[in-house]
Formats: sequence, C-alpha cells, structure tokens
Amino acid sequence: MGDHDPCGDGGTSGLDCDEALATLYTFLDGELTPERRVMISSHLDRCGYCGDAAHFEAELRVVIADCARAHVPEPLLERIRVVLAEEARSV
Amino acid sequence: MADPARFEAEALVFADSLYGAALRMTRNRADAEDLLQETYLKAYRAYGRFEEGTNLRAWLFRILTNTYISSYRSKQRGPQIADVDDVEDLYLYKRLAATGLSRSAEDAALERLTAPEVLAALEDLPEQFRLAVVLSDVEQFSYKEIAEITGVPIGTVMSRIHRGRKALQKALAPYAAEQGLAEVPRT
Repeated sequence: MGDHDPCGDGGTSGLDCDEALATLYTFLDGELTPERRVMISSHLDRCGYCGDAAHFEAELRVVIADCARAHVPEPLLERIRVVLAEEARSV
Repeated sequence: MADPARFEAEALVFADSLYGAALRMTRNRADAEDLLQETYLKAYRAYGRFEEGTNLRAWLFRILTNTYISSYRSKQRGPQIADVDDVEDLYLYKRLAATGLSRSAEDAALERLTAPEVLAALEDLPEQFRLAVVLSDVEQFSYKEIAEITGVPIGTVMSRIHRGRKALQKALAPYAAEQGLAEVPRT
C-alpha cells in the first residue's frame, strides 16, 4: 500500500495513514507511550478511513470476545470444590 | 496448606474466564473440564507461594497454560504454523471497505457473524497464535502479562498476536462474503 494516504492528511498530524494503520493494533491494545497515543488518536479523529478502521477493529474484538466467553458448568464447579476439600483434608 | 474457603473465595471468581480459555485451548469440553480441575488443584497446592498483591488472575492463567502444554497439547492435532506473511494487515476491514459499505453496514456485517463461525475460525488457528489471541483479545491481558503467562519474550508475544489476528480475519472473511458483505479474492 506504499503511498496510501486516502485522507489527504499528508502527514500534517505528524504521521501518515500507513504509519497510523501499522500502529493501530498497539494503539487499541493500550500499549503505546502517551505521546504516540495522542499522535495516533489525533490522526484517527481527522482521517475517515483510519478512523473507520479503528472502529471496525475495536468492534471485531468485542464480537470475538463475546463469542469466546463461557460459563463453567455448575457440576464442574462443584467437582472442583470437592477436589479442593479432599486435598485440604489429605494434608 | 491454604485455607480452602479462602482460596475458593479468591480464585474461583476466575473460573468462567479460565474455563473459556481452556475450551479454546483444548477444543473439546471433556479435556477443558479436566484441565480446569487440574489447574485449580495445582494452584491450591502452590497457593502458599503466590505473592500477595500480585496478579492472581495472571498467575492462574500461567498455571492453566503450563498444565495445558505439559499434559494436553500432545493429544492435539492441527496446524502448528500458519503462513500469514502474504495476508495483509486489517484484512477483513479492507475487504469490507472495498465494497464501499458505510460504517453502519460494516457493523451489521460484524453482528451477523455467528458464534459458531467465530469459534471455528478461532479454533482453527495454530495453537501459539490461538493462545496469544485469546489472552489478548478475549482476556485483555497486557503484552507483558501474556509474556509472563506463556514464558516467551514480549516481541514474540506481539508477533504472535499480530499474526493470529491476521489469520483469524482471513478465516472470517468467507463468512462475511457469504452475506455479500465482503469482496474476497478467489484463490
């Protein structure tokens, strides 16, 4: 995607779309330094394409997390309590 | 030996999230149940060595991961490496954006993904990627915590998460395409 700069920001926010998108995951993971965070955030506010991408990635993550969530079956929880109680008695 | 009532009160609150991860790791319910039980037993035995004030959830996940690797992994089959070098970043978003959909249409496409589709895509990931994606995107551990849980350097964690997400998006793209919501190049 080399010259990709659909927002025409031309790097006025200190970085171009390529750089913003390359850093997007680290941004969404909350792992950037505060300065970098502000830079990316200001680019995302200004650039529709990158802003949409950030929104989409964040939503996708919510969908994945919701699908992957599980509840322990109550009988299993009960079995674990019994095993722990037996272990406590045996020592 | 730790007081079982106290251990239960502090550790069993994480049972749902540990069980979810166990399901994703083992990919079957019977093994996930055994893995969870074994994890809690090991954690209880080691609880005296747990440092008060440190992250109990991350500590439990480390025991879960180690137990899985030492006792369950050998039973698993499936791809151990995935070649995602040719998959571009933000694969799914770019497929959707190529169709010229609005943001609300993109959100609708995501909402139409069903749990069985998402779980199938997740469980098809090679194990190292799957684990990294579950710990980051589902359990929301930091890179540093994931590095401690899985015992690999942070750089490796970042690479696994990144590659796992790419592979996952590629796997999800056909489902979005079935809805006519993404342009997927024929391979």
